[in-house]
Amino acid sequence: MQDLGDGVDARPYGMPSGHEAHVVRRDVPWLTADPVSSVNFTPLHELDGIITPNGLCFERHHAGVAEVDPARHRLMINGLVDTPLVFTMEDIKRFPRENRLYFLECAANSGMEWRGAQLNGCQFTHGMVHCVMYTGVPLRHLLNEAGVRTNARWIMPEGADASAMTRSIPLKKAMDDCLVAFAMNGEALRPEQGYPLRIVVPGWEGNMWVKWLRRIEVGDAPWHHREETSKYTDLMENGKARRFTWEMDVKSVITNPSPQAPITHGKGHTVLTGLAWSGRGTVERVDVSLDGGRNWRPARIDGGSHPMALHRFYHEFDWDGSPLLLQSRAVDSDGHVQPTKKALRAVRGENSIYHNNGIQTWHVRAGGEVENVEVS
Amino acid sequence: MSRFPDIRTPPRAKTRGLGGRRAFSRLVLSASGILALLAGPAHAEGYGLGRAALPEEVAAWDIDIRPDGAGLPPGSGTAVEGEELYTDNCAYCHGDFGEGIDRWPVLAGGQGTLTGERPVKTVGSYWPYLSTVWDYVHRAMPFGAAQTLEDDEVYAITAYLLYMNDVVEDDFELSRESFPQVAMPNAGGFFEDTRPDTPTLTQAEPCMRDCKPGPVEIVMRARVLDVTPEEE
Ligand code: HEC
Repeated sequence: MQDLGDGVDARPYGMPSGHEAHVVRRDVPWLTADPVSSVNFTPLHELDGIITPNGLCFERHHAGVAEVDPARHRLMINGLVDTPLVFTMEDIKRFPRENRLYFLECAANSGMEWRGAQLNGCQFTHGMVHCVMYTGVPLRHLLNEAGVRTNARWIMPEGADASAMTRSIPLKKAMDDCLVAFAMNGEALRPEQGYPLRIVVPGWEGNMWVKWLRRIEVGDAPWHHREETSKYTDLMENGKARRFTWEMDVKSVITNPSPQAPITHGKGHTVLTGLAWSGRGTVERVDVSLDGGRNWRPARIDGGSHPMALHRFYHEFDWDGSPLLLQSRAVDSDGHVQPTKKALRAVRGENSIYHNNGIQTWHVRAGGEVENVEVS
Repeated sequence: MSRFPDIRTPPRAKTRGLGGRRAFSRLVLSASGILALLAGPAHAEGYGLGRAALPEEVAAWDIDIRPDGAGLPPGSGTAVEGEELYTDNCAYCHGDFGEGIDRWPVLAGGQGTLTGERPVKTVGSYWPYLSTVWDYVHRAMPFGAAQTLEDDEVYAITAYLLYMNDVVEDDFELSRESFPQVAMPNAGGFFEDTRPDTPTLTQAEPCMRDCKPGPVEIVMRARVLDVTPEEE
């Protein structure tokens, strides 16, 4: 390289190399009526480590990205409290803060795969998950400030977007580990992740992590709002539906190789890698299979093991060029074992939409191409 | 962006400084507050941050409705009145009969489909609580013009949604008073989380060797369905 490059004044906010322009969130247009109430997917196959870059965290909005001016934004706490309070963003930043690494997974992640293999790419089958470091105030500080009444049992966060998103959360969880976060990966939340304020509900389904948080009501009973009745309830085969299925179960997926990331180097030494997570604690171990779940070997977890955060696993091996059926299986610190899709369907049928944590199979062909399959 | 009235900026003098807000509000609002105040520093439990919300601010922001009807405002509307409102405000997405145009949500029908291969979940076939319909239509619909309907209009449209789902007759008038009379068809259709329903370590260690009898066969391929968006 002989030419001089850009000076330090050329990129006040640095962006990825132009060669990485394909590393973007993608959506599936036929899924929903309107991109304003829709979802896009994290390109898991292009990422490594356990932190998702802010600009690649998948988005799910019910009424588009709200544009909120932090100077005018307020958080109200009302309901069963001694003193209903109003906080400015400045007030919130005067409480003691915590930094915590957490994954956020949409309960509908892999939902399109309940009836069988559908989408060719882990971005689409598993990309409704991301993991960042949040900076925020433990919600209990804010609730204690207002003085929670003794008959309080539930809270209901509400968003400032046009859907005025609401969910009921047990007070116990709110007092235990929920955060009111204003930063992700060290910088202010991105608008599409709730700027300037969102609630963080570790390990629990992403819909509960209300963005653009403007109000928290304290009550003695759940509200049973639309997102916890019509949606985010899990219909079983007998026509009855489970509700309040908050925890995200132990899950893993091989991100490379995968349909969007085939093996291009031919036979020889190769690196298999993937992600594992559990809403019930840490991932204790991940096993991988190259033969469709007949034989398993332990994978190597690297990059730290934090509760309710993504875990990165690797398995290095010599590929002899013959077809493979790749699977990964995670076990969490609560003793839950990631089930096969067959086991899941046996107990839940195919209509539950949410909480599909079944083992994924990728078929690697002799040429290195990879496809999404299901196996016997 | 927000359609809510702005909250007024706090009266400066009372909100900053040592326990101003807490001391004041506790004195006024609760006996335990007074005790706490007498017993020690006002900051014993808190940081003295934020300011008390005014009752009219809470009233303006607190719009949620609960299954027992708590939060429902005064007002009323009949299904017949709701039909015209629905046609003007809702039908171009949800269809004249709630059948859903293109991929917009279906709002009516679906009774008896929950055990079938393609369940149709609607206000009539699935929603367990009437309060949720009122709350959601009021809070989030019409899509793109949320919170523009009057309370009477929300009552009327909610009554019409019930009528479309054969839950009430067309002369039914919905109000705070008649609200408890409505029986939602799928009210008993839900149960609490019963997980774990899949393997745990207490049942068995995961198998490592010869876990399946013979060579594994592919039984389904995603590319047959070919629905994956193309990369540009
Ligand atoms: C511009 C299109 C549009 C219009 C007009 C509209 N809606 Fe909707 N409606 C939507 C969308 C989109 C959703 C789903 C939003 C989401 O993803 O959260 C929805 C959801 C709903 C739901 C919940 C459906 C379910 O199964 O959970 C109800 C009930 C509803 N609308 C009622 C109404 C009523 C009543 C009106 C008229 C006052 C109306 N809508 C007007 C687009 C529309």
